[in-house]
Amino acid sequence: MRHRKYPFIVGFLIIPVVLYVVLVIWPYLQTFGYSLTDWSGASQTMHFIGLRNYTQLFGDSVFRTALLHNMLLLLVLPVVTILLALFFAFMLNVGGRGGTGGVQGVRGAGFYKVVFFFPQVLSVAILSVLFQAVYRTDQGGLLNGVLVKLGVESADHPWQWLADPNFTLWCVMGVLVWSGVGFYLVLFSAAMQSIPRDIYEAALLDGAKRTQTFFTITLPLLWETVQTAWVYLAIAAMDAFALVSTMTPGAYYGGGPNYHSEVMSTYLMRNFITFGKAGYACAMGVVIFFITLILSVVSLRVTRRERIEY
Amino acid sequence: MTTNTDLTTEVPAPRDSPAAPRRPAKEQRFADGGGVLNVFSHGFLALWAVMIIAPLVWIVLGSFKTDAQIGGSAWSWPAHWGFSAFSYAWHQGIANYFANTLIVLVGSVTLTMLLGAMAAYVLARYEFPGNRVIYFFFVAGAMFPVYLALVPLFFMVKNLGQISPLLGLNSYLGLILVYVAYSLPFTVFFLYSFFRSLPTAVHEAAMIDGCSHTRAFFQVMVPMAKSGLISVGIFNVLGQWNQYLLPVTLMQQQHGGDPDRSVLTQGLLNLAQQTGYASNFPALFAGMTIAMLPVLVVYLSFQRQVQAGLTSATLK
Repeated sequence: MRHRKYPFIVGFLIIPVVLYVVLVIWPYLQTFGYSLTDWSGASQTMHFIGLRNYTQLFGDSVFRTALLHNMLLLLVLPVVTILLALFFAFMLNVGGRGGTGGVQGVRGAGFYKVVFFFPQVLSVAILSVLFQAVYRTDQGGLLNGVLVKLGVESADHPWQWLADPNFTLWCVMGVLVWSGVGFYLVLFSAAMQSIPRDIYEAALLDGAKRTQTFFTITLPLLWETVQTAWVYLAIAAMDAFALVSTMTPGAYYGGGPNYHSEVMSTYLMRNFITFGKAGYACAMGVVIFFITLILSVVSLRVTRRERIEY
Repeated sequence: MTTNTDLTTEVPAPRDSPAAPRRPAKEQRFADGGGVLNVFSHGFLALWAVMIIAPLVWIVLGSFKTDAQIGGSAWSWPAHWGFSAFSYAWHQGIANYFANTLIVLVGSVTLTMLLGAMAAYVLARYEFPGNRVIYFFFVAGAMFPVYLALVPLFFMVKNLGQISPLLGLNSYLGLILVYVAYSLPFTVFFLYSFFRSLPTAVHEAAMIDGCSHTRAFFQVMVPMAKSGLISVGIFNVLGQWNQYLLPVTLMQQQHGGDPDRSVLTQGLLNLAQQTGYASNFPALFAGMTIAMLPVLVVYLSFQRQVQAGLTSATLK
């Protein structure tokens, strides 16, 4: 086995490792370094200014607004997505009538799974253009069109979804939930399918109701997967860059109207590329990085439970 | 709860004599109190399905409408079924973006799979100093959002372009290498656990028969890892097909005379801008339909593998 082992190892690793270090690791590390400078991004001249970017950052009201929006996303997005996905997954896997046929999903479960998952394979560019059309401010928008048809709003004053300060962030959240639920539904389904059927059947014989079986069997056994989903959604909530920057109004990288949909990532990119404050933007990047890291660690700790073997 | 026939899937309820009570006792327990819940949950499932399908169908229909119809009412039906919007969008650059995407994708997915499998295999099955460190570095890369590295990356690619224009900004190979590099963390992470789970006996037998390490990899391990490679391959195809931030940053024309090498997702946003100014929304909708179609076809043909690939990947 040891015959010419090392040349082989080096030969197989050298290209991937070099590529990865040069194009991924090194740029990430540079971001940390640049966050301590006053680099503009355009030239290579920069001065070391220590932590001044960071102190400036916490006095920046736009950044604080953006941080607040990310926190709002962080509260709403995982909760709504996970609840919907859990409900759908339960219906599609064990929510069907027990009957003599045993435990099964509702009729058409396969069809629903295929349909619900589809937005997951659409790119953000498509999502963005699609929902710009859906949220159009005239009757030609799907949402306003439906609401006018239902008589909820008048045709003369349709809602200005993305341009309305009260709605804009929620519109983006809607898209995130719309496209994300299917993925977590399939994720939870996979976990539910590994729960042995006889547990459900035993509960059924004992006269358990559907909601009871969900809370006493499904949810506890699924806890680890829910936890994973939470971490992924938390990371997504800290990002939201592509949708906010392409969907919401605002000159560079969206975030409007008047910063009402600003998130940290869009403000970061605007500083980076438009304002030529690369060092300052890198400091934001580092803050985002640490918040994300802390969130994942905390959520994994807090939600940790005894692992149930079956 | 008057009847359960339409909701029971497997075993039809035994036909009772007309005199007997309609409600069989035991089997229904599980769903007791579920009458309202059933209607509610079925309604909700159906509603969500409509919410997914309706906007997509609406877009496809929109590509057959006129601009006035699209602006007029969301409920208008196409007046005539022509493909002029499609041909406009196609000639407006979609064809070109499509070709660019395919060129980049063929190169990047092939390279990602090859390099990813090689690295994962060595890390998973060979002991050597530094093994854990390299593995850790690969896995750590999956944690950060790409935009954190974007500007240093931009300058890195720009500098590579000074070595050879084939590698620089707005070059196929440059973007391919960046895609590969950013797909490696996940690919290595996934295939690492996959290669670890494969039995050692076959591999050892091959080695005893005098197989070289390289041959053992290509002729024994890769075929055995086929299912894992397919999962992660689908993941990479979808991920790179839908990539948005990297091409927007790295594939912009640097000078007026440069060829337009926009990829499809990027081109779609260009088209959205153009058609917005020109008020040609049918063309935009047609462009979106063209962009969605291949994904839809691939997804519908491989939906089981796609779902399994994406979820098992996340759970590992």
